Amino acid sequence: MGSQPFAAKAAEVRIEGVSKRFGETWAVREVTLRIGRGEFFTFLGPSGCGKTTLLRIVAGFAVPDAGEVCFDEERVTDLPPWRRNAGMVFQSYALWPHLSVQENVAFGLRERRLPAAEIRERVVAALALVGLAGMERRRPSQLSGGQQQRVALARTLVVEPRVLLLDEPLSNLDAKLREQMGHELTRIQRELGITTIYVTHDQEEALGLSGRIAVMDGGRIVQEGTPQEVYHRPARRFVAEFVGVSNVFPGTVREASPGRLVAEVPGIGLLEASPDHAALPQPGAPVLLSVRPEAMTLWGPEEKPAGKNAARGMVRASTFQGASVEYEVLLEGGRPVRVSTATPKGQRPFPPGATVTVCFDPADVILIPPEAR
Amino acid sequence: MAGAGLLGRVRAIRVLLDPVQMALLLVLLTILVVFILYPLLQVLAVAFTADGRVSLIHLRNFFARPLFREALAASLLSGVLAVVFGSLVGLPLAYFSVRFQFRGRLLLQTLGILPLVIPPFVGAVAFQQVLGRSGMVNLLLQEHFGVTIPFMEGLAGVVLVQTLHYFPFIMLNTAAALANLDPSLEEMAQNMGCHGFRLFRRVTLPLVLPGYVAGALLVFIRVVDDLGTPLMLNYTKLLAPQAYLRITTVGLNDVDGYVICVIMVVLSLLALWGARRYLSLGEYATVQRGTTGASLARPVRGWRLLLVWVVSGSLLALALLPHLGIAVLSFARIWSFSVLPVQWTAGNYGEILFRTPHFVKNTLLYSLLAAGIDVLLGAAIAFLLVRGKVVGRSVLDAIATMPLAIPGVVLAVGYLRVFHGWDFPGLGQPLTASWLILVVAYSMRRLPYTVRACDAAMRQIHASLEEAAMNLGSNRRRTFFKVTFPLMLGGLVAGGLIAFITSSVELSSTIMLVPRMEMGPLAYGIYIYMQSAVGRGPGAALGVVAILLVLAGTVALNRIFSRGTGTAFKL
Ligand SMILES: Nc1ncnc2c1ncn2[C@@H]1O[C@H](COP(=O)(O)OP(=O)(O)O)[C@@H](O)[C@H]1O
Ligand SMILES: [Mg+2]
Repeated sequence: MGSQPFAAKAAEVRIEGVSKRFGETWAVREVTLRIGRGEFFTFLGPSGCGKTTLLRIVAGFAVPDAGEVCFDEERVTDLPPWRRNAGMVFQSYALWPHLSVQENVAFGLRERRLPAAEIRERVVAALALVGLAGMERRRPSQLSGGQQQRVALARTLVVEPRVLLLDEPLSNLDAKLREQMGHELTRIQRELGITTIYVTHDQEEALGLSGRIAVMDGGRIVQEGTPQEVYHRPARRFVAEFVGVSNVFPGTVREASPGRLVAEVPGIGLLEASPDHAALPQPGAPVLLSVRPEAMTLWGPEEKPAGKNAARGMVRASTFQGASVEYEVLLEGGRPVRVSTATPKGQRPFPPGATVTVCFDPADVILIPPEAR
Repeated sequence: MAGAGLLGRVRAIRVLLDPVQMALLLVLLTILVVFILYPLLQVLAVAFTADGRVSLIHLRNFFARPLFREALAASLLSGVLAVVFGSLVGLPLAYFSVRFQFRGRLLLQTLGILPLVIPPFVGAVAFQQVLGRSGMVNLLLQEHFGVTIPFMEGLAGVVLVQTLHYFPFIMLNTAAALANLDPSLEEMAQNMGCHGFRLFRRVTLPLVLPGYVAGALLVFIRVVDDLGTPLMLNYTKLLAPQAYLRITTVGLNDVDGYVICVIMVVLSLLALWGARRYLSLGEYATVQRGTTGASLARPVRGWRLLLVWVVSGSLLALALLPHLGIAVLSFARIWSFSVLPVQWTAGNYGEILFRTPHFVKNTLLYSLLAAGIDVLLGAAIAFLLVRGKVVGRSVLDAIATMPLAIPGVVLAVGYLRVFHGWDFPGLGQPLTASWLILVVAYSMRRLPYTVRACDAAMRQIHASLEEAAMNLGSNRRRTFFKVTFPLMLGGLVAGGLIAFITSSVELSSTIMLVPRMEMGPLAYGIYIYMQSAVGRGPGAALGVVAILLVLAGTVALNRIFSRGTGTAFKL
């Protein structure tokens, strides 16, 4: 066993062309993914997009209508859940109410017919790992939500699964606890080096915890990449708007050369972007330009910093949020935008009704490729 | 600071003594004490006093009499056997109906409740016709093989009838527990490498146990309480018939009858006490919101399907025999010593509809009144339990729950003891001389169920709904009638229906309390008719009416509230 209590034999997970249908609805559609050994991988998407179904297919609770699931070289598509050694943590924790904490955690080890002494030792180590030493005798109903979550995690980790599957594990915790458990989860994951698939609808969680993210919509993967890629280079309008807040302007390309693109946006005029893509759209083609609220700044009505995109508008509402001020500005063309600025020191924020200029750098304009239909 | 603390405490006390709630509480307590607690205490008092002093001499006498010892043993045995056999029948059916998908599953779920709609003593008669010494089956056996099987002789007959009547309690409660089980609890076990029978033993079974125990407990208590079946089958070496015989033949002052009553209450209480540990576990394992509701029912095919069909088909056929028997009997002019009736007639229905219509009319009157009373009391009690703040609510709850453990015979004996021989205020005659005594007995016996139904309905109404109405300027009374009451209506009607259904076939207390023949309800009518050979036809016709009444009530209950079959029969 070595010094680590659990030498997780992490596996690479491959999902190849997996589809699953319930009646008329496609829960999962043609999903292909490769999740590396020891990676922290997240399925991110709105409720009902098929995350849980995909995770259950990996765990073996659902059989795909088409496609294959492989752990390393082994095809597990038709293996029943009890022969996969894929550890799942349910959203509801699924702690057995008739068993104590100790018995819950020991359950899987007893299934594996380990000697009693080893079981005891490993349960103690697992509970220590999640910071619950000394709680062995309690019943799940005597634990707080956070503690139940830890027991569920310990129970899954103690059997040394080849892959750890987490279905919205933090969604039942309050905000403070969620953050703390998130940190702890990444610590444990890194310590054990276990391949982890994490399901969430919370983009902050996904951005903060994951090594890589697959954004899902309607059963499909719409983008796959690191948190930075997904945030800064959304492949679609859906991603831009689901991951963080975005102002999206539909327009038409007027000029396009490497490093510089000019598009005409109805109601605003010409906007400049400096894309670093190789594949530039042709002049005349429709484009979507996306700008994050925090990339925008507000200026007085007559000010216009050189080299920036600018549009005049009127402040409709402002919200002070401590470190930042969030504005809703109605541009003169009739288009509302969200702007987030760092709270100015010693200055008062623009009041509602004030006329302002909204400015943003061409480098901050994200070009979203036209939807592939 | 001390002043503020004192003020706070005064305020708290004032809430605890809210005058309106206090008045309501006192009224309710008076009713419950007069009609539940005091009669029970009277029974106890008679059993435990001799020559004006507390004494165990009567108890000692009870155990000194071989007949009584036998009756106690037989009652215990019949309760245990009914639970054992009822489990053998009910558990597989519960598992099939929840966990397997197959053609006929819905039929199983629907038919599974039918045994309960036939009053057990009616079933007893029907079983006699089919399985009795000169019943259908034995006549055929005699004719073809020259043998007969004594299905219905002695305790065996009683247990057979009771098992086939009461097993749905076990089936329904277990099925409900299974269906409510959070699927992720079993999936997690699979995820940990557990499956098949191990999964069942380590996870499913322990989690379903509370539901099963609740069902088994109901069966045991009802079997011990059952007076009609042993009387119909003429097997009186059981506690309930012994108590009945002592009181009716020896007299109201026969102490032995009271001692038997005490023993019966103790049996019920012991059963409740033994089950308590499991019942309190019941809440945990139910479905949590937010889980993917993966149904665990899986299709069965091949030999398994055949097995499911054969097992459920034969069990149901057996359990539905009495319905068939009673229906045939109700159209028979003469049916004895023949496989099927020799002559058919509709005259039996004429008899009960035109010559003795009071049986059906009385039943409707009494049961509706009892249901109405139960709804009023249940709603008021539930209101105090859920929303009230006055002290003493738990006493109310405790007394209102007591009838669960008080056999009908015992309550009846208590009433006879307390209300006999003096004019009840405002009635001009003793309560026991009026048919109202039946209404009182029915409503008190069913009160725990209505209180539960109302309590559940009340708890679903979040206090904020009422507060919102008050916040918008509606006063307390208007809020109650405009918000609380409409929202509770479902629970009230459900509770009322449950009381109505079960009251309409109540026999244990009825036999003892009916003041005069013409005040008897349906159940009593059946009992009287069945005493004579010529009365069996009309008796069966009344039985059919009873079945239809209960069936209609049950269907209404399920239609209106779509809470799944058998709401009325779950603990
Ligand atoms: N057992 C099921 N039966 C029918 N439809 C289902 C079932 N499980 C999931 N679905 C449907 O599949 C879609 C994806 O569900 P799910 O995977 O639970 O989404 P998510 O976890 O992303 O919220 C939803 O439209 C859901 O209604
Ligand atoms: Mg989900």
